[in-house]
Amino acid sequence: MNEFHGEIRKMMIILSKATLDNVYAAFVLANGARMEGIEAEMFFTFFGLEAIHKGKLEHLHIATVGNPAMHIPTLLGGLPGMETLATNMMKKEMERIDMPDVHEFLDILTASGVKLWACKLAMDMFHYKKEDLYEGVDDVITVGDFYKKGEGLGTHMLFI
Amino acid sequence: MNKIIADSTIQVNEEGYLTDFSQWNQAIGTALSTEANIVMTPRHWEVIDYLQAEFKKDIPLSIRKIGKSNVVDIKEFYALFPVAPLKTASKIAGIPKPASCI
Repeated sequence: MNEFHGEIRKMMIILSKATLDNVYAAFVLANGARMEGIEAEMFFTFFGLEAIHKGKLEHLHIATVGNPAMHIPTLLGGLPGMETLATNMMKKEMERIDMPDVHEFLDILTASGVKLWACKLAMDMFHYKKEDLYEGVDDVITVGDFYKKGEGLGTHMLFI
Repeated sequence: MNKIIADSTIQVNEEGYLTDFSQWNQAIGTALSTEANIVMTPRHWEVIDYLQAEFKKDIPLSIRKIGKSNVVDIKEFYALFPVAPLKTASKIAGIPKPASCI
């Protein structure tokens, strides 16, 4: 811990999931880093790409099945409309605590200097094109490129 | 604790934020900005005025609120106060450290 006395200089946050709670966690961590004067870059891979996909980012849900924190029986969680209901409830609460929606949050992140990178492999897998993505996305890059951007003392990586 | 700055004695907490806003004046703000390596311009002061006005109204500050303030947008806010803008600007403004996560 001798480097900068253990001070965090840069957060490299990898988002691999598209459930709303995971997306918000990643966004809050990236924005929180910038608010503290820490650099932040995000790498969107696999389902995490949905958080920057123009046609999908407004329609992200929380998971009602396989999510013990929902405290509802798995069978009920699978009923039609349950995810929408739970998502709407969560969105209402988020507005109350001044949490922006996904698109506005992306605007805040880019204005704050957070770099947004899309994973090339996952883009190919889902047949997405750069123009399908939110306009603030910096580029489509490989995992090797992403590691390269994390070079330097005081960089931390986080996988969500 | 006491801190002597710009020929005045002010009360600050352990992180250097003023604990009594009534002790603040522009000379103190300027001296605090120098400590934060910021050279104040009229734009900086407009933002400081806004933060102080919100504080007086007991409105908690966040980056999102700054963006919706019509005083400064988030990009310019980061350009004016590049390192930890909300914290730095609050310290210069003599108001408490913001408790917001967004």
